[in-house]
Amino acid sequence: MTENLLTVANLSAVSDREDGVPVLRDVDLTLRPGEVRGLVGESGAGKSTIAKAILGILPRTVRITGGRIDFKGRDLLVMKPRDLRNIMGSEIALIPQDPQTALNPARRIGFQLADGLRLKRGMSAKIAEARALQLLADVQIRDPDRIMKSYPHQLSGGMRQRVLIAAAFAVDPQLVVADEPTTALDVTVQKEILRLIRRMQEAHGTGVLFVTHDLGIVAQICDSVTLLYAGKVIEEGPVRDVLETPQHNYTKALIAAGPRYDRPDAGLEPVPEAVFRELRQEIGID
Amino acid sequence: MIAVSILNRLIMAAVTLFGVAVIVFVLLRVVPGDPIAMMIAPGASPADIAALRAKYGLDLSLTAQFGVWIEAVLIGDFGTSISLRRDVLELLLSRLPATLELAFAALIVAMLIGGTVAVIGTLFRRTSLEPAIDTTNGVLLAVPDFVWALALVLMLGVFIPVFPLSGRIDPTLSIDFVTPFYLLESLVRFRFDVFFDVAAHIVMPVLALALPLATVITRILKETLLEAMVQDYVLLARLKGMSETRLVLQEALRNAVGPALSLTGVQFTFLVGGTVIVERIFAYPGIGNMAIDAVINRDLPLIQGLVLVFGSIFIVINLAVDLLAAALNPRLCHG
Ligand SMILES: Nc1ncnc2c1ncn2[C@@H]1O[C@H](COP(=O)(O)OP(=O)(O)O)[C@@H](O)[C@H]1O
Ligand SMILES: [Mg+2]
Repeated sequence: MTENLLTVANLSAVSDREDGVPVLRDVDLTLRPGEVRGLVGESGAGKSTIAKAILGILPRTVRITGGRIDFKGRDLLVMKPRDLRNIMGSEIALIPQDPQTALNPARRIGFQLADGLRLKRGMSAKIAEARALQLLADVQIRDPDRIMKSYPHQLSGGMRQRVLIAAAFAVDPQLVVADEPTTALDVTVQKEILRLIRRMQEAHGTGVLFVTHDLGIVAQICDSVTLLYAGKVIEEGPVRDVLETPQHNYTKALIAAGPRYDRPDAGLEPVPEAVFRELRQEIGID
Repeated sequence: MIAVSILNRLIMAAVTLFGVAVIVFVLLRVVPGDPIAMMIAPGASPADIAALRAKYGLDLSLTAQFGVWIEAVLIGDFGTSISLRRDVLELLLSRLPATLELAFAALIVAMLIGGTVAVIGTLFRRTSLEPAIDTTNGVLLAVPDFVWALALVLMLGVFIPVFPLSGRIDPTLSIDFVTPFYLLESLVRFRFDVFFDVAAHIVMPVLALALPLATVITRILKETLLEAMVQDYVLLARLKGMSETRLVLQEALRNAVGPALSLTGVQFTFLVGGTVIVERIFAYPGIGNMAIDAVINRDLPLIQGLVLVFGSIFIVINLAVDLLAAALNPRLCHG
């Protein structure tokens, strides 16, 4: 049994924007080195809150009320800002959701790609540029020379996401947090991007926390999965187990609601109201 | 692409200028007041007056007068000033550089002050400094240029007399300028004694014109900077360990200057308009000051010439602002 790369334990948070409504309820979650864990749940379940808590970029209006986030055995929540700054963007990287807004419209791709290498790896501009060129080739971008000199608006959404994936893996991090990295993309592009993330992850041996609301994506790319509802972990385990022998009625209903992970053409029954009632009762919300 | 749009703008500019010419010409003729009455000696005979009217073409019909004037203007003949009895174009060219130096110095100072305060306000957002900056700026936003001028005269001219109160240069200084751009020329020729004197004369009028614009720039730029600072690309850059100052200057600023820049263009035309009163207050020898005299003396050819010059300045400013905005926005200049 290898040591966990990431251990989230009893993490709780409330929203100060909504009168202290709980956003996370005693969340437990683990990630081993090189593992891809899906973090699934409907919109508002608290997936991004967990991702942001790990990265230390929670909005001011969300307050953590308990628990810990251990990265390589050290609790990120109590770490000195200086140490955090050293880890973030270096050992922990982010692939953001929306490639439209995650690249600076006024700067050339090459410079943006080199930022992390220069700031986190201390590379000179020249070496960082050469490395950036290599990275673009790694994420299967043809004509990387031209892309280096391009501005974001000259690239398609898929291309931009490739650039952002290259930027995330550039510093060779141990943990990549990907917050719905394909939600903003066309379905056809989605598949390529998923394959690319998996390929990069395998090549670098990176642990990935993959946030998505789509069980089908989980089936495609993840090793394990954590299912959230209203900030509470409903079910957790290896993907195969959870999808084939779901324990909770909510999980079962979600799989039935599909699009089914094993038969994308079937499914689409809404989750019955009774299942939600049961869920809310269990969690204790009315 | 760009060439075509510039050509379009130039045609539009010509149309606009023609419109301005028509309006000012008609306005000047329907407003009461007789320029000849201002210049005749007491006891002049009706025949003398008629002769003068004929000399300045004032005996013709309105349309005929306009035709004569426009035709002459097109070949560079702006007529003769009635009150100063000198060629209007010559007068304009001799006075315009002083105003241009004043206006552009004010523009640069306004952008520097406004930009710096906006950046500082952004760096210190959510600290107690932010409301202090916002409130002060909000109050100063309502102060017009001539009030600044009077306040500056009191503070830096009278109570603590650091700057000269009027004029453009100490007349006892010996330098033969080859151009009418005193500030630039003295600098380029390394005549620092002269440069500092000209600069000292221009400080107060520059501040009076610059401060109202600076407050506008601060207001809008700080707002767009704060918007840019919460964008995902800033977040990612912060994760990569970029310093807060670099986040503002390198990541946010270029994306945030657009609105401030176009507003500065609009406001700069007001600033140029403001030179009229501010030059008057500081007895600064530019075209603004001359405009007031021209109006008092009902000097029709001079007023017409001045209006065309002001109109041209406004058009050039707007064109320059659009070009600058295009140059700064990669979306507009790289396909
Ligand atoms: N900026 C915020 N301030 C306060 N509460 C927030 C904020 N953003 C989200 N929340 C709360 O956190 C809950 C979970 O949001 P989020 O983690 O973004 O969900 P998900 O990513 O699963 O869609 C939301 O339902 C909302 O109540
Ligand atoms: Mg989310």
